Order: sequence, then C-alpha cells, then structure tokens
Amino acid sequence: MGISILKAGIADTLQDQGRYGFQHLGIPPGGAMDPVAMLVSNALVGNQANEAVLEMHFPSPIILFTSSALIALAGADFGAEIDGVAVELHQPLLVPQNSELKFTKNKSGARVYLSVADGFVAEEWLGSFGTMPLVQKGGFKGRNLATNDSLLFKKKQVDKIARLIALPWRASVAEFYFDNRIQCIAGAEVGSLNQEGITNFTQAVFSIGIQSNRMGYRLNGPNLNTTTQKEYLSSAVDFGTIQLLPSGQLILLMADHQTTGGYTRIAHVSSTYFATLAQSPIGKQLQFEWIDLATAEKKLIEQEQNLQQLQNACNFRLQEYFSND
Amino acid sequence: MDLANTYEIYPVSDHAITLDFGQEINAQTNQRIMLIFQVLLEKSITGIKDIIPAYSSICLVYDCKAVLKIAGGISAYDFLKRLLDSLVIEVGNNPGSTTGRNLKVPVCYHPTLAPDLMLLIDTLQLSIEEFVALHSNKIYRIYMIGFLPGFAYMGSVNEKIISPRKQSPRTIVPAGSVGIAGAQTGIYPFASPGGWQLIGRTPLEIFDANKKQPSFFMPGDNVCFEPIALEQFYEMQKQPSKWV
Repeated sequence: MGISILKAGIADTLQDQGRYGFQHLGIPPGGAMDPVAMLVSNALVGNQANEAVLEMHFPSPIILFTSSALIALAGADFGAEIDGVAVELHQPLLVPQNSELKFTKNKSGARVYLSVADGFVAEEWLGSFGTMPLVQKGGFKGRNLATNDSLLFKKKQVDKIARLIALPWRASVAEFYFDNRIQCIAGAEVGSLNQEGITNFTQAVFSIGIQSNRMGYRLNGPNLNTTTQKEYLSSAVDFGTIQLLPSGQLILLMADHQTTGGYTRIAHVSSTYFATLAQSPIGKQLQFEWIDLATAEKKLIEQEQNLQQLQNACNFRLQEYFSND
Repeated sequence: MDLANTYEIYPVSDHAITLDFGQEINAQTNQRIMLIFQVLLEKSITGIKDIIPAYSSICLVYDCKAVLKIAGGISAYDFLKRLLDSLVIEVGNNPGSTTGRNLKVPVCYHPTLAPDLMLLIDTLQLSIEEFVALHSNKIYRIYMIGFLPGFAYMGSVNEKIISPRKQSPRTIVPAGSVGIAGAQTGIYPFASPGGWQLIGRTPLEIFDANKKQPSFFMPGDNVCFEPIALEQFYEMQKQPSKWV
C-alpha cells in the first residue's frame, strides 16, 4: 500500500512546512522550497496544509503505485505521464494499482510535488517530517529517495479502480506565481552599498548560477560595491535573504539556509515570491524591485487568505464528488 | 554606556524581526540578549515560531496571521517592534541572571588531531604547553549557536592566541575539531567545510540527533576545555555521549 521508486530522480525528498523552534540551536527550518505548490497539492487531495509531500526535480523519479491512490501534482511542468497518458498538474487524479508515473520533459519550473490522500508514512524529527540529510533525520530515513525504496501510505486511499480518472476540476494557481521581477524589502546593511551598487541592484539582470541548491541560489550579475565593511557579526538570516559576498556577488538564501550569517544583508524577498523563486531554474534571469514592509506584510496575509479559500474550495469539491459517487 | 539607547530594530524578512545592539562582541551585551531570550521563552507569545539569539542581536521569526490576531489593529511588525522596545527597557532596568550552565569539554591538543597547531605556535612564538594553557585556562561564554546545528561560537580567547581564519578553507574538517577564528573559538559538530585554525579535537559527540535535546551546547552556557592525552581521546571516543 504505497509507492515504489523504480528509478530515483535527483534529490527526491519528503518535505513539509518546515521545522521551527530550533533555530537557536543552529537547526535550519528546511521544508518545501515551493510552499504554494506543496499546499496546493495537499489541498487537492483533501490533506491538511502541512502534510508531507514528495519534492522532485528533473530528471525525476519513475514511480510505481503498488495500490490505487488519490494523488495530485503541483509546481513544475515536467510532462507527467501515468502509464503513458499525459496528466495535468493541479488536478486530483485517481490512479489504479500498478500504474507507473514518470516525467518526460523539463518544460517549465524547477520542482514538482506529489501528494497522496492522507499522506505518506514519514519519520518525524523535532516536530517536522521534512528531510534533513545533514543529520540523517526526518522524511524517509533522513535522506533522498533511492531506486527500489518503498514509501507507504498512511491509510488505504480508495477502493480498487479500473482506470485512471482525472477528477473534473483544476486548481488555478496563476495568481501565486509572478514574472521575473522579484519584490524585496530593504536589508539592514543595504546602506553600505555605494550609489552604483544600489542602482545596479534594481537595474541589472541577475541569473541563477550553477552552484544553486536547496540552501541557496548564486546570482550571476554585476559586482556590487560597498563603501564600508563587507562582513558583520553573525546574526539571523532567513529564507529569501539576499547577501552580498566579499567578492561583490549576491547569494539568495532558500529553504535549507543556515540560521545565521555574517555577510552584508542587502534585501529580503517578500515571501509571496518564494514560490516564484522555487520554480526558477538555473539560468533563469531575475530582477529585483523594492517594496515596503507594510505592503509586503499585507500581501503575505492576502496570499494566505487566498490559499485558504483554495483549500476550502478543494475540500468542498472532493466531498461533493465522493458523496455523489 | 546606556544600552537602552543604542539599538536598532529592523526586519530580516516580512515575517522576522531583529533587535540589534551593534557590532561589538561584548559579554555584557550578550548577557542582555540572553536575558531577552529567556523572557521571550517565558512569555511564550502567540505566533512566534523561532527566537534566534546571536552575539549582539536577537531575531524573532513569526507567523504574521497569528500575531495579527493579538496585535490590536497595528501590523505584526509594529506590534513586535513595540514588544522588543519594551523588553529592552524591562531587561535594562532589571539585569538579573541567566541560567547558563557550566560545561567541561575534554580536548586533545595532540598535533595529530590539531593540523594547524604547529604552524600556529611557531607564528605566535609559544610552546605547545603555553598555547594549551592559554586556550584551556579560561571560561568561555557561548555567545550564539549557528552555521551548523550545534556549532557554538565561544569567546573570547586570550589575546596572545588570537589567530585569523585560514586563507583558503578546508573542504573537510573532521567532526569534533576545535578551532580558532579571530578571538572566537568553537567546535565543529559534523565533518564539514571550514576555515577556522584547527588546534585540537574533542571526543564528545556535541550534536546527537537521536537525543531529545540534540545539541550539547545552549546559547549562554559557560564552557571550559580540559586537556586530555591522545590515549584518553581514543578511549573516550569509544564511549557513547552522556548528556540527555
């Protein structure tokens, strides 16, 4: 009763909304890179927002369903197919036993999420089911999935079904993803940039460098120069913090960021843009623009409300569907 | 110095706020940070997900929606800014004491476990014995934990052994390595890349994910190093970590 990994992808991990309450011990929150896709995939199958989902990249795994299941995919479009039939993102799918899910083409985005109704059996560590490979804890044995691993479902999903069924609705997620203009609030040390550096930050184009991963993105662009020191006493940083390295290059911290750092904090990406960042692959060009904190806070609340509405609508449709069944 | 008037409060995301007393490593300032940390833990304020003390700053990571419910009509940031302003005054008027523990950490300074020690004592013009005495005859304060799970930043070392970071960091530093960077000293909990000068190693497992309290160190603890011989190091390394 679960899934089997016929062929592992690059860094397939179980993730949830992250591990909080331990950053004072240097333990990073981690969690899904794309919080919107994680929540949407859960909502589509009737799960709580924080249920652990499978985060996958391209090349992606080939997955065998060893029992029938209600699933959803959200995030990147990697040309998902079930037994050779193309399936949509953001739509609940009833999948028969022994179906094979594979991803055929890196079309858009950077990571795709798979949820199953009621969730996967996962290891909890310090209150979270997210995978932390450094300490080999959380998720599936604290590590990336490997070929031949089997993940169990928490509950039996659905009665045996004869064929693949796409339930007749899709979640619309367009409002949660933006173009390449990323809004940021000013960082504490932005004032240490010289005039040219400040101008370049919002005028220049930065591309996501090869050395980018779940910890952070390297941003290739013009060197930004400072008028004062380039290192500070270590203090807290967060998902979305943009730091200036002594070389003049920028680094953008992502889900597995360290808890503290001493590089110049130029800016902090508004959290409504985390999903957009998470779906920006290596080589993608970004530009930054300023937003004030009060507006960022309002947008964050608005996004949470919209996601809550989406979740309510999904639950309603699911109940309706299964009561008429 | 009137600390109450020399701080800044600023956002480090749209859901995290930092109170910052400046760019000085100073036990008195850090003591205030630890007191504020303690008060915040005791108050257990709705919506606060993480409290991250550092050398001279403390950051609150919060759930905006939850904080707004108790904010009485102002923004979550403004609500927490007012809270931090009032805490600075509260703690400023009432220094009190923190509950930092006194911990002993065995360290072997044998050159086979301390790859930078010989070159360092040469530069500093000290004998190994003098260096070990200077590093171990001192009680260090844990100013903060960061960089890696359980990595404690301790200070400050005797000025005679202050040493810069290595020009190019090592790709792998063994777990338990004790290092110096500037006036700071610390222990690598895991094998990881690192640029600190390595001057010894502890047999203690200072981060154990299987324990309820996985980090041996807590911010605000006091630490002293006890020199041990190479044989003791290997003997102790065989024993499981003892803290709960």
